[in-house]
Amino acid sequence: MTTTNDPSPAGDGGGDRSLPVIANPSRRTAVKGAFATLGAAAFVAAVSPLRQAAQRSSAAEFMQSHYKRLTDEDKRQVIARLEAEAKENHGVEVEIADDRPIPNTKFVYAINLSVCNGNGKCVEACHKENNHDRSTGQSYIRVLEMPKGTMDMEQGNTTYSGVVPKDDKFYLPVQCQQCDEPPCVDVCPVKATWKEEDGIVVVDYNWCIGCRYCEAACPYHARRFNWKQAEVPAEEINPDQSYLSNRIRPVGVVEKCTYCLHRTRRGKLPACLEACPTGARVFGNILDPDSNIRWILENKRVYILKEELGTKPAFFYYFD
Amino acid sequence: MVVVCWDGTPPRDNQRRERDVLAQSISTVPSPIVAQAISETERKSSAPSEPGRHAVVVRRPDGPPLIELAATDPQGRSGQVACSTCHSVRPPNLANRSSDSLDEFHQGLTFNHGTLACYACHNPEQSDALRLADGSVVEYRDVMTLCSQCHAAQATAFRHGAHGGMNGHWDLSRGPQTKNNCIDCHDPHEPSYPKMIVGFKPRDRFLKDETKHDDHK
Repeated sequence: MTTTNDPSPAGDGGGDRSLPVIANPSRRTAVKGAFATLGAAAFVAAVSPLRQAAQRSSAAEFMQSHYKRLTDEDKRQVIARLEAEAKENHGVEVEIADDRPIPNTKFVYAINLSVCNGNGKCVEACHKENNHDRSTGQSYIRVLEMPKGTMDMEQGNTTYSGVVPKDDKFYLPVQCQQCDEPPCVDVCPVKATWKEEDGIVVVDYNWCIGCRYCEAACPYHARRFNWKQAEVPAEEINPDQSYLSNRIRPVGVVEKCTYCLHRTRRGKLPACLEACPTGARVFGNILDPDSNIRWILENKRVYILKEELGTKPAFFYYFD
Repeated sequence: MVVVCWDGTPPRDNQRRERDVLAQSISTVPSPIVAQAISETERKSSAPSEPGRHAVVVRRPDGPPLIELAATDPQGRSGQVACSTCHSVRPPNLANRSSDSLDEFHQGLTFNHGTLACYACHNPEQSDALRLADGSVVEYRDVMTLCSQCHAAQATAFRHGAHGGMNGHWDLSRGPQTKNNCIDCHDPHEPSYPKMIVGFKPRDRFLKDETKHDDHK
């Protein structure tokens, strides 16, 4: 005990300078082995959802990149795969297009609240056009029955039934407002949703992780989550599809109204507009000075839903 | 006006168009009118049709109405007669405003269109046509001209797509558009839009019966 600066204990075995714990190898190895086994078991348990996911999705789907990073060749392969999956899983020949925005076009919607009577034909048309799950009756449109004298959505009721319109009510159809300042896009942690040049806010269903932040962020309750795989009878599936629009969505992702971009980017009117028996719905290109939309904005009393939030909707409500 | 070049129509559009036509015929509001391809641009001198642009087609009645006879002939055949079959030999009662005073025909007719007299719109001299306020003849096919005399605001809104339903294309450089006629939606004798019954309802989280399955209970 004369050398105070030597930390190692003086071993009885003369030249043995190793740490004492090493001198007890059987216990050390047993502890290490036990933790390694536990760790391995925990890892296997942790990745088991991934392995199950891998069984449900192909390697190609797992490796697919973000829509904006896909080359034309990538897109061709992705769409071919999705079409084959639709054939395999739903037994129907579908055509999935990659409709891109029309240059110099910004889509805007307007609804005449003096005319809308809440009959719900738009809700049904959306349900069919966009291949929504039949059992949940999903639709991108929700019609609120509102007491007259307020535009407070919280006072609305979607469960009304029977004969419409009721005398003391008006009807407010709400769907995605395709905001110019979309809060849903801001909150997406993986940039799976974005605003395109023609104003439509789209979702890459294959990039969405299903966190539902966007659903919570939307002040119009316009986003929907696929709690289950959409089930649509083969003969009812709309085969006219688009990658960013009405193709059959996978389970666990968020979806939303796309102004029927698989129709509107081909020059057609949206399905909800064509279905409206009252003619309350107007759709068009706000950049065209001769468009219906421009005339309405210039000549009618126009209201913006929750204007105070600064979301700048591309959706207007007007009155006669 | 932005005209966008586009290389052709994809082959599936044909199928689509057939379905659109089907959808149109289903969504048509009760009315014995057959759509006729007469372009609105023909009618409007102010908007001559531009080359490369498709027409806006306004649906029209295909002619004067025909009355279905209730009785059948000995062979069991029913028939249709024109208004003029009876009205050409009967003196018009210009003061009549309601079907209540009629004792032979049109008794069940509901009339609720202001205080108009029958002959405000129907033509006493030419019973298979209508007449404008100035007395000039207007055909049944051009009934919108008649309506527009009083409902100018609606007619203006209609011209700008802000009144009345439509089908087809918003982009006329890619395809035509079909618009409803006034009397597709409004019965001229009872023009207020009929009440409807709500059909389809989505079962989403805002519906009450969903709370039964709330996991937090």
